[in-house]
Amino acid sequence: MSALLAIDNLSKRFGGFVALDKISLSIPAGERLGLIGPNGSGKSTLVNCICGTLHNEQGSVEFDGRKLDGLDAHRRTHLGLARSFQLPRPFVSMNLADNIRIPLLYTVGARGIHLSQHLIEERCATLLREVGLEAKARHMPRDLTQVEMRKLELARAMAAEPKLLIADEAMAGLTHSEVEDILTLLVRLNDQGVTVILIEHIMSAVMSFSRRLVVLVSGKKIADGKPEDVMRDPEVERAYLGQ
Amino acid sequence: MGTAKFWAVSFIVAIAFLLLTRGLIGNEYYFFAAYQVLQFIVLATAWNILGGYTGYTNFGTGAFFAVGAYSAVVLHKLTSVPLPVMMLVGGVTSGIVGFGMGYLTLRLKGVFFAIATLALAIVAQTLIVNWDFVGGSRGIYVIRPQNSPIYGSYIQYLYSLMLALTWVSVAIARTIERSKLGLGFNAIRDDELAAEAAGVPTLKLKLIATTISGALMGMAGAPFPYYIGYLQPASTFGLDYAVNSIAMPLIGGTTSWIGPLVGAILLGSLQQIATVTISSAVNLLIVGLLLVGFVIVAPNGIVGLVQTYLRRKPPEFVGRRHVETQSPETVP
Repeated sequence: MSALLAIDNLSKRFGGFVALDKISLSIPAGERLGLIGPNGSGKSTLVNCICGTLHNEQGSVEFDGRKLDGLDAHRRTHLGLARSFQLPRPFVSMNLADNIRIPLLYTVGARGIHLSQHLIEERCATLLREVGLEAKARHMPRDLTQVEMRKLELARAMAAEPKLLIADEAMAGLTHSEVEDILTLLVRLNDQGVTVILIEHIMSAVMSFSRRLVVLVSGKKIADGKPEDVMRDPEVERAYLGQ
Repeated sequence: MGTAKFWAVSFIVAIAFLLLTRGLIGNEYYFFAAYQVLQFIVLATAWNILGGYTGYTNFGTGAFFAVGAYSAVVLHKLTSVPLPVMMLVGGVTSGIVGFGMGYLTLRLKGVFFAIATLALAIVAQTLIVNWDFVGGSRGIYVIRPQNSPIYGSYIQYLYSLMLALTWVSVAIARTIERSKLGLGFNAIRDDELAAEAAGVPTLKLKLIATTISGALMGMAGAPFPYYIGYLQPASTFGLDYAVNSIAMPLIGGTTSWIGPLVGAILLGSLQQIATVTISSAVNLLIVGLLLVGFVIVAPNGIVGLVQTYLRRKPPEFVGRRHVETQSPETVP
């Protein structure tokens, strides 16, 4: 199966600090990949390099058969690469519906699909219903709870109709039942054909979601495989789990 | 109200206002003073397209205004084109300068961008001071024609043109605010990183904002040599324009087209009253005091105060907006 996302020998330095060291990763379409690692291991840097927020010095990123190197972040989104942020970043001056409207207008629109006003309204309502925020469509983000904020973040990413969604610590700070809510959402999205990369510290969530697990430590990939195999890897136990 | 309807209604309001003022006011001074207020409405509205909608603070209003004014001087010396054409040329020239400035500086953010715009004003002033053709540092006299090409006195003609430009500026600002472009601008202001991640071409949109903003400022500057009669770098590049064009939207409210309009009418009128009753020297003092007062009492301006009042009403009345969609071929 050809890879939807192919990362080849990707390296990123911040001055003398090596944040990513020759990372190679191939992710086929439909994958449910968990990406774990201790704080500072390079997970977010990798996401930023994939999404175009940071530019890598070495190596290449290929998405859906197209080289992404040097491409602006918004163009990568147009190609079908979406992300949610570690700390929710809503558009604070806009209500929830307008938050969703932005990717519908700018990403779906950029693919040459004309969405009428009625269709946009309908799509906004559907997306907010899917994440359980339909009743708050006209509310401002400041009215939301932490979990609702995370759901808005996911709904906004979903509005871009991505082929690949990177959920960067989408469950941080949530209660057990709230984590379940987010997991259900991600699984449903994957069932609809969206490839999902889940970056998370909550191991129970990662283990229940992922079909494949990648471990980063100090900018290096130290393990890649089935979650139960990876967790038994002595290097992972030593470096990540501290056992 | 839809965009087309707003353009039509605001046109009728502008025409009615013009006819009313021309019919009721006999004293030429009032047209002279009203021109200044209208000019400030245009500058504040233009500043707000970049500063208010996208959140990029521009301290270079004087430079864009001056580019428009000196474009008119060049045309005045070389040709005999009518003033509306000079305004168009001033707008295009200033728009190009805005685009160039944006291209060079828009990767900067916050205070760094603001300093870069200030630097642009200094560079432009240095160029004008050393350009003898337009009078250099000693300035240049522009003899105002005795009669208006259409009707009434020349100051009434200038007033009519500035009123037309005010209508266009306000309607453009309102159109942008209610469009996909405006939503993109707001996304940039709220969170540029998230905007990019949502597919907003932030650099392209910011360039559009600097170009439109610069063009409107340049158009406002083009009739200025005829208004003032004697143009010198200090009068166009002065701090007054930069401070006023920032203070007026801040006092009125930066999130809506109506904020700069309200702020400019309030501050512009107060300054005109102060000029005739006390001294024009107190104008910046008035701006400073009002700005400090508003920052403390109403940091979101007059429009923000009204929105706070509305927020007490049920949420379904709050934050509702209508974004008019366009076909993909016509949008950025």
